[in-house]
Amino acid sequence: MFTYTLRRLFFAIPTLLIISFVIFALLDLAPNDPTGDLPLTIPPEVREQIRASLGLDQPFLIRYMKWLQQFFINEPLNILESLTGWQFGDGERMRVLSWATRSPVVDLIVQRLPQTLWVVGLAYLFGILIAIPIGVISAYKQYSIFDQIGTFVSMVGYSVPTFFTGVLLIVIFSSYLQWFPSVYDTNLRVTDFDSFVAQVRQMALPVFVLALYNASQIARFVRASMLDNLHQDYVRTARAKGVKEKTVLLVHVLRNSLIPVVTVIALGVPTVFSGAIITEQVFRVNGLGQLLIVAVQGADMPLVQTLTFIFAVLIVLFNLIADVLYGILDPRIRYD
Amino acid sequence: MHKLKFLLAGTVAALAFAGGTAHAERGTDGDLKILFWQAVSTMNPFLSAGTKEILASSIVIEPLARYDEKGELVAWLATEIPTLENGGVAKDMLSMTWKLKPDVKWSDGTAFTAEDVIFTWKYCTAPDGGCAQAAQYEGVKNVEAVDPHTVKITFEEPKPYPYSAFVGAQSPIIQAAQFKDCLGAKAPGCTSANFMPVGTGAFVVKDFKPNDVITFAANPNYRDAAKPAFASITLKGGGDAASAARAVLETGEYDYAWNAQVEPEVLQTMMAAGKGRLEISFGTQVERIVLNWTNADPSLGAKRSTTEAGPHPALKDPAVRRALSLAIDRDIIVEAGYGQSGKPTCNIVPAPETVASTKNDSWCLKQDLDAANKLLDDAGWAKGGDGIRAKDGVKLSFLYSTSTNSVRQATQELVKAMWAELGVDAELRNASASVFFGGDPASPDTFQKFYADVIMYTNNFDGTDPEKYLAEWLCDKMPGPANGWQGQNIPRYCNTEFDKLVGTLSKTADLEKRAEIAKQLNDMLTEEGAHIPLVHRGDQSSFAVTLDGIKMNSWDSQVWNIADWYRKK
Repeated sequence: MFTYTLRRLFFAIPTLLIISFVIFALLDLAPNDPTGDLPLTIPPEVREQIRASLGLDQPFLIRYMKWLQQFFINEPLNILESLTGWQFGDGERMRVLSWATRSPVVDLIVQRLPQTLWVVGLAYLFGILIAIPIGVISAYKQYSIFDQIGTFVSMVGYSVPTFFTGVLLIVIFSSYLQWFPSVYDTNLRVTDFDSFVAQVRQMALPVFVLALYNASQIARFVRASMLDNLHQDYVRTARAKGVKEKTVLLVHVLRNSLIPVVTVIALGVPTVFSGAIITEQVFRVNGLGQLLIVAVQGADMPLVQTLTFIFAVLIVLFNLIADVLYGILDPRIRYD
Repeated sequence: MHKLKFLLAGTVAALAFAGGTAHAERGTDGDLKILFWQAVSTMNPFLSAGTKEILASSIVIEPLARYDEKGELVAWLATEIPTLENGGVAKDMLSMTWKLKPDVKWSDGTAFTAEDVIFTWKYCTAPDGGCAQAAQYEGVKNVEAVDPHTVKITFEEPKPYPYSAFVGAQSPIIQAAQFKDCLGAKAPGCTSANFMPVGTGAFVVKDFKPNDVITFAANPNYRDAAKPAFASITLKGGGDAASAARAVLETGEYDYAWNAQVEPEVLQTMMAAGKGRLEISFGTQVERIVLNWTNADPSLGAKRSTTEAGPHPALKDPAVRRALSLAIDRDIIVEAGYGQSGKPTCNIVPAPETVASTKNDSWCLKQDLDAANKLLDDAGWAKGGDGIRAKDGVKLSFLYSTSTNSVRQATQELVKAMWAELGVDAELRNASASVFFGGDPASPDTFQKFYADVIMYTNNFDGTDPEKYLAEWLCDKMPGPANGWQGQNIPRYCNTEFDKLVGTLSKTADLEKRAEIAKQLNDMLTEEGAHIPLVHRGDQSSFAVTLDGIKMNSWDSQVWNIADWYRKK
């Protein structure tokens, strides 16, 4: 297993390099322009100078190589410096700069990470916690009223887009009832009970929207996987031996059913980091998802490139984690 | 008893009066909550010229002079506006002298001097800096200090209208001490200066989260000890226009939401909550349909939409150009997409009032289908079996493109229906705004390339003088392969008389004569059909009912007088 993991990690390097090149090439081919959003009163000569100051006048390969150097050498050195206090060289290194803000991309990401992890991460966690019991009961009492309602709710949650549920909740709970704010305050610091309540209130709506969406997906998975296992021979054997029904369900069936679910959950973790673009936009959570969409709209290529590449790294990594977990949980799977 | 009542009533009245207008103390009105649906990326307007950046930075940094809500120049950091009459502008129009207010301090307590003004010019004109406002300093040869509070600007050639450098929200003064190591290519590296510039304005930046939220506090060194009334500002960004307007008008969570670009009927339902109001001001923005004077036939390949391709087979006929304009009912377009924030117009220079022509309003402002049909009949464009007019094998069927935006797509549909009544067909298309306006020479979808017969968008000019704007229709400003498709004469209009008149304008100093020439130029463009002006667009923002002191301004920043804003008690 260990050598397998090492081998996979080793193979991930060329994969990621190819991914980074493909992203860079795609962004370069896209007809967006960083000066596209500027007022038309800015004359073309000035636009040309702006492009040149962003380095856009250089050939494609040189720009790509510069990004590679900035991202793989300069940024890690900077992180190392700030963590250890050591100094490498004169400390003057070109960092990956966003074209819109002209500030280091890594700083932007670090600034955005907390709200994304809080809102999207919590929603994912809640989604899992809600989904598993619903899936288990739905499968155990297949075609009962509970199952029918559960199926209906998860179908609705899965098929109704978040930009609809989000706005609907704002209209009901923010405009009409005025229980929750419609705008997320990223400046809020939790220092006492009142600010904690404020934080919970502003997280309630976006977390609910995303949790519903996540729970719907995972609940269907749990249900399907439970149904598969409930009809297996070992369940009949356990029941014939007189094992208590609770033990049959929660120990034998559930544990086996969770094997594929765990991999699905692991594969979904990168989406937590990439944020929920639409939900973040609707509630103005301004996390990584909003950062990405603003960058795409503004043709802020270094930011889009760096963010999508980090997401690519996470996806490759969590694919590996899912595979390894599968091997650990399911004794039938052996990689070596 | 009666006396007492009277006295009490008097006191209440006096208090109410005082409460309504008095804002005699700095920082007494708490936090002002602003919502921008496009988040602010930087506080340095020289590095990003987006409207949102210019607005946000104008809270902190200020120009020498700016435009008030009527479009008139007012001295801001200067004591007066230099003119020929007061001797501030030299007789040969080769230089001008600004006198700075002597008591102005930067927010860090240091004095504001001529050195800062000179530095700002150096900063924006430094090579490799990519200063987005470089055009403001065009023609400036030198900026020098006569004494610490007098600045002299020398021009390369006589400048009849010299109010560009250091004037308006696009050209504020930055602090020399803070930016001295940020010249040229080093500019982007000065992150903390770009995010938290030291300013002379009513507020200072306390915290800046790029593309998210900015926190401002009242400037302790502001030149008016009684202002600003607000102690702090929270400027949140992100989301979309409709929900931003809702946060002010319906839920009341915010005091001011910039740019309520939302369908009029949606705004009406939000206003019903009674928590906010809309303020509208008109500048120089005109939504127009630009007609392609060159042939845009795809079979021409690379020659497409250039002078080499020859004139447009249908649009070269003046009757067609005029009929297309006559067929449009501008009132319906305004009602459906703009409401209070739009007015029908036939001018490309719709304001200020002194420059706005009324010559073409008689025939152009009202829809006249009969006249349009007659024009086409007389010109020999006859309806075929499919109901579409044609002449010599050329059909009146146009590719009609614009940027993606719900109001524009609705307008496209309306215009298509109006043209259909003439027997003119239109194929509708739209491209994402960042592509359409992006100017990428490799993309076929940019408005400069104009690979369509007609396109629709909005343009305007900064300040109140249209000279630079009218020069966009000069023959040599046509975009084409030779100049990398960079050029502002989008219709490929070319008229030597127009060129000559623009030349005269650039040499005329008398304001009345300038206005006269500008009107003539404007009329030429409309009469000849370089474009079909549709809507004079206003700026529309939503404000909480409790907020007062606002003077909506389309000539400068909307928050130009934020020092005077206060909360009604």
